Amino acid sequence: MRRYFKTLGLFWAVSVSAEMAYRTNFLITSLTTLLTLAGALFTIGLLFQNGHTPGGYSWPAALTVLGVYTLLDGLQQSLLAPNRTALTEHVRDGTLDFVLLKPVDAQFWMSMRRFSPWGLTDVAAGLGLLGYAGWRLEISPLGALSGGVAVVLGGVILYAVGFMLATLTVWFVKLYNITIAMAALLEAGRYPIQAYPAVYRTFFTAVLPVAFMTSVPAAALRGEAGAGWLLGLAVVSGGLFAASCAFWRFALRFYTSASS
Amino acid sequence: MSAWTRRLRAFFGIEYALMLTYRAEILLWAIATCLPLIMLGVWTQAAESGDFVHGPAWMARYFIAVFLVRQVTIVWVIHHFEYLVVSGRLSPQLLLPVDPVWRYAVAHLAEQACRIPIVAVMLVGCLLLFPAAWRGDATVGPWVPGWGALVGGALACMAAFTLRFLLQYTFGLFAFWLERVAAVHELVYLLILFLSGMVAPLEVFPAAARDAVLWTPFPWLVWFPAKLMMGEPAPVLRGFVTLGVWIVALAVVNRVVWIRGLKHYSAMGA
Repeated sequence: MRRYFKTLGLFWAVSVSAEMAYRTNFLITSLTTLLTLAGALFTIGLLFQNGHTPGGYSWPAALTVLGVYTLLDGLQQSLLAPNRTALTEHVRDGTLDFVLLKPVDAQFWMSMRRFSPWGLTDVAAGLGLLGYAGWRLEISPLGALSGGVAVVLGGVILYAVGFMLATLTVWFVKLYNITIAMAALLEAGRYPIQAYPAVYRTFFTAVLPVAFMTSVPAAALRGEAGAGWLLGLAVVSGGLFAASCAFWRFALRFYTSASS
Repeated sequence: MSAWTRRLRAFFGIEYALMLTYRAEILLWAIATCLPLIMLGVWTQAAESGDFVHGPAWMARYFIAVFLVRQVTIVWVIHHFEYLVVSGRLSPQLLLPVDPVWRYAVAHLAEQACRIPIVAVMLVGCLLLFPAAWRGDATVGPWVPGWGALVGGALACMAAFTLRFLLQYTFGLFAFWLERVAAVHELVYLLILFLSGMVAPLEVFPAAARDAVLWTPFPWLVWFPAKLMMGEPAPVLRGFVTLGVWIVALAVVNRVVWIRGLKHYSAMGA
């Protein structure tokens, strides 16, 4: 276990120093984050016109959902997306062989090897939003702690779904658009799940667990999530993580490397 | 058939075959374009309350129209062009006796053609899920687009595609000088995303914001074609003039930057 932490530190140190060659990117990503945030606040603001409350949410409550979304979006840009792209490239070039031969778990390598600091501005914006909403809603430290755990579980779901999609490259070879598709699907998590029609709610809970990525963790932060939802979050999160591991091992059986 | 159309047809054949090779990716592309369908859910549900100027039937119809507009105006040339310049693979294309812009434009059309079956399924699904969109309700009549709506909508979509393509390609040309132009263009895309009517119809914007936004090119890219498709009254003259002026202006800038850029381009073989 300690070896894995040490490896992780090395991975990320190397990745970050490589990315530091492009420092103007910091300016661009900061502007992108600010503009995205302004646009999202504007759009949600439109929903709050004429005394309307989408899904019965108050303004700060809706901000907790947006905050969790922004946080996960940052996680996606920093960690999940770069590694998914790398996986696609390895399969396409046949260089996945080298990864499989290394003395660390291949899924760990393929999920953690790359780290791009450019999603951190979104992580910061998400934390800022959550801090503001938490102050407005007077969330207790204990609530913040349990909410934090729920957000991590939501992140695990996002990771597992994305990793399973990326694993499909073993059969389909070229799937560069996974990142765009995943970002588009997570987009649904910008708005509270209760603000959708019933069909959407079922779809985003049972088929594509977007509700468990943003709305449920946000409700946990506010201390409004029932025990059933929290249990559901834990089960979906653990189940999807296990499924992503099993699917990865299954897919590797079909991987015909560059040399064979 | 002139040599010109023969060339374009050859390009189309090549690009269509290339796209079909990786069909699974086209499916992901289609998923990536479902943002209007997400917003369709949010806004029809919000309109149920009666707190907004339009009811759920109108909202559903609007976002289905936006979905269609988006399907035919998707542009990705900047990512492709940035890769070609940074990797130096643009060089062999410059040896051909055709300006490569034609090939990129045709590639977009080929990609749209590949997406048709998926889009058709998604469209039928939406119309079944939201029957009020075509049937109408107490506030809006049934959705029967007349010839004016069909022709006007199609023309507006073509103009919107041309403008978005020119905008992105012109930004892309700066790849001759800068790395990662796609990241810079992302900022423009965000403006299109939030101000074009893709996430909310202009009708629900506060009046001052709506008037200001109408002076930018953004709403004419999505809101305007969608309104025409719905068969609703829209500022037709202003829309086509705005689109036309921007297209001409960007085409001129594009050619100037292209000529300067080629002089600056120094990859192997250039």
